[in-house]
Amino acid sequence: MSVAMPLPDQTVLARRERIVAALRDIVPGEGVIAAEREMRPYETDGLTAYRQLPMVVVLPETTQQVSRILAFCHAEGIKVVPRGAGTSLSGGALPLSDGVLLGMAKFNRIREIDFANRLAVVEPGVTNLAVTQAVEHAGFYYAPDPSSQIACTIGGNVAENSGGVHCLKYGMTTNNLLGCELVLMTGEVVRLGGKHLDAGGYDLLGVVTGSEGLLGVVTEITVRILKKPDGARTVLIGFASSEDAGECVGKVIGAGIIPAGMEMMDRPAIRAAEEFVHAGYPLDVDALLIVEVDGPRAEVDHLITRLEVIAHSCRAVTCRASRSEEERLLFWAGRKAAFPAVGRISPDYYCMDGTIPRARLPQVLKRMRELSETYGLAVANVFHAGDGNLHPLILYDANRPGELERTEKFGADILRLCVEVGGVLTGEHGVGVEKRDLMPAMFSEADLNQQQRIKCAFDDKGLLNPGKVFPTLHRCAELGRMHVHAGRVAFPDIPRF
Amino acid sequence: MSDTLRPRDAKDVEAAVQSALAEGKTMEIVGHGSKRAIGRPAQSDLTLDLSTLSGVTLYEPQELVLSAKAGTPLAEIEALLAAKDQQLAFEPMNCAAIFGGAAGPGTIGGALAANVSGPRRIKSGAARDHFLGVCAVSGRGETFKSGGRVVKNVTGYDLCKLMAGSWGTLAVMTELTIKVLPRPETEQTLLIRGLEPGQAITAMTAAMGSSCDVSGAAHLPAEVAVRVPAGEIAGGAITALRLEGFSPSVAERMRMLEALMRPFGELASTDETISRRFWAAIRDVAPFAAEGPAPPALEDERALWRVSTAPSRGAEFAAIIANAAHVHIFYDWAGGLIWLALDPSHDAGAALIRGAVAATGGHATLIRAPPSVRAAIEVFPPQDPSVAALTKRVKDSFDPRGVLNPGRMWAGV
Repeated sequence: MSVAMPLPDQTVLARRERIVAALRDIVPGEGVIAAEREMRPYETDGLTAYRQLPMVVVLPETTQQVSRILAFCHAEGIKVVPRGAGTSLSGGALPLSDGVLLGMAKFNRIREIDFANRLAVVEPGVTNLAVTQAVEHAGFYYAPDPSSQIACTIGGNVAENSGGVHCLKYGMTTNNLLGCELVLMTGEVVRLGGKHLDAGGYDLLGVVTGSEGLLGVVTEITVRILKKPDGARTVLIGFASSEDAGECVGKVIGAGIIPAGMEMMDRPAIRAAEEFVHAGYPLDVDALLIVEVDGPRAEVDHLITRLEVIAHSCRAVTCRASRSEEERLLFWAGRKAAFPAVGRISPDYYCMDGTIPRARLPQVLKRMRELSETYGLAVANVFHAGDGNLHPLILYDANRPGELERTEKFGADILRLCVEVGGVLTGEHGVGVEKRDLMPAMFSEADLNQQQRIKCAFDDKGLLNPGKVFPTLHRCAELGRMHVHAGRVAFPDIPRF
Repeated sequence: MSDTLRPRDAKDVEAAVQSALAEGKTMEIVGHGSKRAIGRPAQSDLTLDLSTLSGVTLYEPQELVLSAKAGTPLAEIEALLAAKDQQLAFEPMNCAAIFGGAAGPGTIGGALAANVSGPRRIKSGAARDHFLGVCAVSGRGETFKSGGRVVKNVTGYDLCKLMAGSWGTLAVMTELTIKVLPRPETEQTLLIRGLEPGQAITAMTAAMGSSCDVSGAAHLPAEVAVRVPAGEIAGGAITALRLEGFSPSVAERMRMLEALMRPFGELASTDETISRRFWAAIRDVAPFAAEGPAPPALEDERALWRVSTAPSRGAEFAAIIANAAHVHIFYDWAGGLIWLALDPSHDAGAALIRGAVAATGGHATLIRAPPSVRAAIEVFPPQDPSVAALTKRVKDSFDPRGVLNPGRMWAGV
């Protein structure tokens, strides 16, 4: 795949030796990697079609080192790309050939667990799952659960505002944060939030979350932890059509039920998952809903009964509620293995991530089938049905000439379709480099300019992760210029009193 | 008296800001004016009155989404939602009680601009957590949008978060899209009587650390409890824990919660009607309602502060204040939100309160005081220099000429 990145700054590349030496002064020992072979693992992230070796990799261990690295790069005009575990599916951690790759993996300590205030203070390189593992002995957990949670880091989750299957009920990363320590590109260290709720001024933490590493580097994060529900049950519901399944989802929510998770799979995805893990999915249905409810026993049983009634009113073909924890996990095993399962039936697949107003699902699926025929590429759909987040998997073979390019075009058409029906380009994977050039499909120039002015407020030289998110880079001076039309008629015809 | 502009649509708002820029004038942005007495009293050349920019433009109950023009009355939105058994889960406060006016609950734009969240904040999040999309005019006179109408969206920076709690200092919101949620089928409140604040925090911490899914946790010392207009619950200090949801679930969780709380003190439970009335009073800070005759003379009212801190530090914070001043206090958010009413004074107790916040962490905002006091002291939490500088740069990125609500939050912002 190809995407235009900012042109390498030859004056920076010419100073590479000196820059590497300066970084070694800041991070001694093995914390600076400059040999090509050793930098290879950093050349890509979860979006492996894009590859680029960085100029140098640096792995700091303290906030002070991060601060000094950024201050140095700011003074020298050197670009910096931050990286957590490198699981981004949108190329958010794709290096730049003239940039420093700032790996945060060594920030891997849990600094404090405070059960009384239901929070944990962690370093950004701690994995998502490790937070839950650190508190589960007391019956607590960290709610956002992206499917990469075994590997992805909390720092990356903050950068991407990661979600997961439970975010309809429990929110995304942004809804589960209390504070952070943030290093700006100048090296300045700022603390946002703390152990208390809500900002006393502007919600800067809120805009940093999901900013894809363009505003600052997070060096400490305070997350909320929750008490685990007493129990959970899951019901598998098969439908003859996605229309029936969509109607069922709407009726569940219309009945005042917010499930802990509500996933939909289409026929190709069901088949691939069932053949892979034998979860007991029905193979003669066009759409499968996996609905989980959690809470105390009385609530769970009450809701399962109501779900069954709603399912049958929507012409469900099959309906099975889990009767044991093993069975519940088995029901989920198929969904959780859906991506690798699709990987078994196709040499390569490309995972998309748009969100649509749920009611438009039948229309979107129909159009997707038409596109699938036009492009001659199969597609399997996995869908966070509760919140409208679609994950179409386009099946292709990278070894066939032209197929990757066709796949990319197909994917872009799907995302444009999402925007056309009132949805958005990305629900949880981020814009990165992957959807960068599609941003004008959703935002006007004025919208994007205002976003970039925020970028300027945090990073005046545009050195932090440039080439991501925004299709066109503007200089801050240009964005800041005011065009005031003096001499115009004041308040032309607005009613005034 | 400044000129008042009443825009008919978003285009008018854009024209108004552009004209203000061209004339070098400043603007105060108001909806119903229900929170107009909060913040530093700033003089603006013009008033931009958004109350005519009203109406729900989209409501899809099954998608959990509602869009409305900024000046739409909250009361209208809440009635519309109630008809579909839905609600604004963040329980926006009605400021009418504390200001003694008839302004009512205000507009949706005002609720989000102030990021006001009620007792359910601890379970369901703040106003900002339900803010999905916005259309606004920046202080540069440019119309922009951010977010969308779907609940899951990470496309571009989340400018809704910046709008929430910016008190109209960054942009004039013209239309907002919010996430709405089902209204619980029923609710019940468990009361524990006679606890000291420290014990109450321990009890609330135990409740919040259980799987009972508590959606409100407040403690009122005896002298404050008598001021709650929900009569039946009076008699000494009360600690209140709310459970909401489907009836069988609430019943089971009530049994669990009673077992958990029994060691702390004498228990009583309330029915749904009293529970609703009680939490509305907590949400609206009714115990510290204005006492003078309307229209209120803020000079005669007690100063009112709102403090957010780590719940476990709540009692410690209150003790610092109580040792030094005549103060009435109650706790919401399981101890993390503290409302304080102090006798009127030249600084409304600011030095004392800022000192206590410095000791326990968090932030304090002066909610009610006469204009002379609000002009003399910091109303919003003072910021350390690096955050203050960043705040100023963010302000400049939206409103470089300082046209919109100048100085309402801090001087120069």
